Amino acid sequence: MPRQFRFSVVRVGKPLVFCVLAIPLVLLGVDVWREFQLPGSGLGPDPGEEVVHHLGTWGLRTLLLTLAVSSASRLLKRPQLVRYRRMVGLWAFTYLVLHFVSYFWLLGGFAAGVAIDGRRLGFAEALVMDIYKRPYITAGFVALVLLIPLAITSTRGWQRRLRRRWKTLHRLVYPAAMAAWTHLLWLSKGSFMDPFVYGLVLVVLFGERIVVRIRKQGLTRAAAAK
Amino acid sequence: MIIKRPADIRSSEITPESVYRSRRRFMRESLTAAAGAGTASLVGTPAVALPREWLAAREVKQGVPIGEEMTSERDATGYNNFYEFGTDKEDPAKYAHEMTVDPWTVNVTGQVEKPGKIGLEDMLAGIDLEERIYRLRCVEAWSMVIPWIGFPVKKLLDKFQPSSDARYVEFKTLHRPSEMRGQRSFFSNIDWPYVEGLRLDEANHPLAIFAVGMYGKLMPNQNGAPIRLVVPWKYGFKSIKSIVEIRLTRRQPRNTWNVLQPSEYGFYANVNPNVDHPRWSQASERRFPTTLFKPNRIPTRMFNGYDDVASLYKGLDLSRHY
Repeated sequence: MPRQFRFSVVRVGKPLVFCVLAIPLVLLGVDVWREFQLPGSGLGPDPGEEVVHHLGTWGLRTLLLTLAVSSASRLLKRPQLVRYRRMVGLWAFTYLVLHFVSYFWLLGGFAAGVAIDGRRLGFAEALVMDIYKRPYITAGFVALVLLIPLAITSTRGWQRRLRRRWKTLHRLVYPAAMAAWTHLLWLSKGSFMDPFVYGLVLVVLFGERIVVRIRKQGLTRAAAAK
Repeated sequence: MIIKRPADIRSSEITPESVYRSRRRFMRESLTAAAGAGTASLVGTPAVALPREWLAAREVKQGVPIGEEMTSERDATGYNNFYEFGTDKEDPAKYAHEMTVDPWTVNVTGQVEKPGKIGLEDMLAGIDLEERIYRLRCVEAWSMVIPWIGFPVKKLLDKFQPSSDARYVEFKTLHRPSEMRGQRSFFSNIDWPYVEGLRLDEANHPLAIFAVGMYGKLMPNQNGAPIRLVVPWKYGFKSIKSIVEIRLTRRQPRNTWNVLQPSEYGFYANVNPNVDHPRWSQASERRFPTTLFKPNRIPTRMFNGYDDVASLYKGLDLSRHY
């Protein structure tokens, strides 16, 4: 009997998705390496800003992609797509953590050498100050904090342990996405193209969930009426 | 000393100054004659932008080095905020060539004895050019050191004789959406044209210049060709680019960023490490050239290190008038 080719999610699909999502990080790595070899060559005139911006952009994109995976699985009626969701979500978390770290390391109050009464603030102090003083940083930080429990409980073990509460807990991804978008909105100036485009994607993804919910309620009601 | 840099066109191709000047004079005279209005004021001169050989034919007094490393021409002409061409730093270098700077006229109006619309070359006639090596501190906490070519603002204003009522100067950038894609952008929330202003005594300070060139060359479009303001003790957004109108006023004019976000951008916008921008610290700056492994972060100085101007602000609370 000829062996039929079957697409293996575990052996082909996941490694493929992993590699695709790693591309922005690899490209950044190449630029950082070039920058190390020949300063000024890899990341343009303002490398710190470039690194932070690149990581933030990809963090938001992968975060929205995580939400899109569930929508796509429903719309395309391909439930197996959900099996990629954890990996996409963990990549989003990775990009956002790196975004956060690079911001405080390269641009934030600590990097700027903020001082109070002539005393330079330490890393933690400067971090708290930035989060406290600057609303767009607060929003970005909130998004990241909301994602931490989701990253921790993303394993199958936690999924089993939390049972139904796992789903409830992972709804935190919605306020996290909204906070991330607010962060983008509040740091934009002069042009609202980016907040508009990402906002539109967010509206579509949220809208799809609302429609699904309404339909479900309709069905339950119809079943109850029978 | 003369810093005539070699032109990138062969000298044989250059029309001798005497020839083109007489050509222009001929055109001007015939135009004026045709219009039948040979007014004595500066009004009515035809618009002629700066020809490429204009700068080469002039003597430029060399600038005084400030003992700080100069930013590379590549960075200074490739990393710009000129939202008329887009909000990315690379956008101006990519798209500013779409702007026509030839011919160019500047309209001088308001509280002046001799108002008028005047072609750039005529406007600059008789004004000596000099090189000024200045620090440029952007409100976004990066900075450059740039050799500008220009002349004091006062020299030009005096030509038009500000009246005794004049207390402020308003400047306006070209508004031409067909050539400035940022002005066409649906997502822009800026009310074009870009406007800026100075108090008249600030404008008359010897450090405030109009620049028509940089790095020994005519001003590149992305840096505000053909004529821009450079006020080195203020944040970069005050140094308005591609100026088409200068208006002397009695009242404080509006300035674009202040209208957009008054809590973040004031009218004065003096460089001040003690007053933070709400979104970031102004205590230090990233001085170009900067690299990832050598960020070249330096403390920001009051008035960007131009202490001379402090006397302009005596009695003014600079934390309120940021």
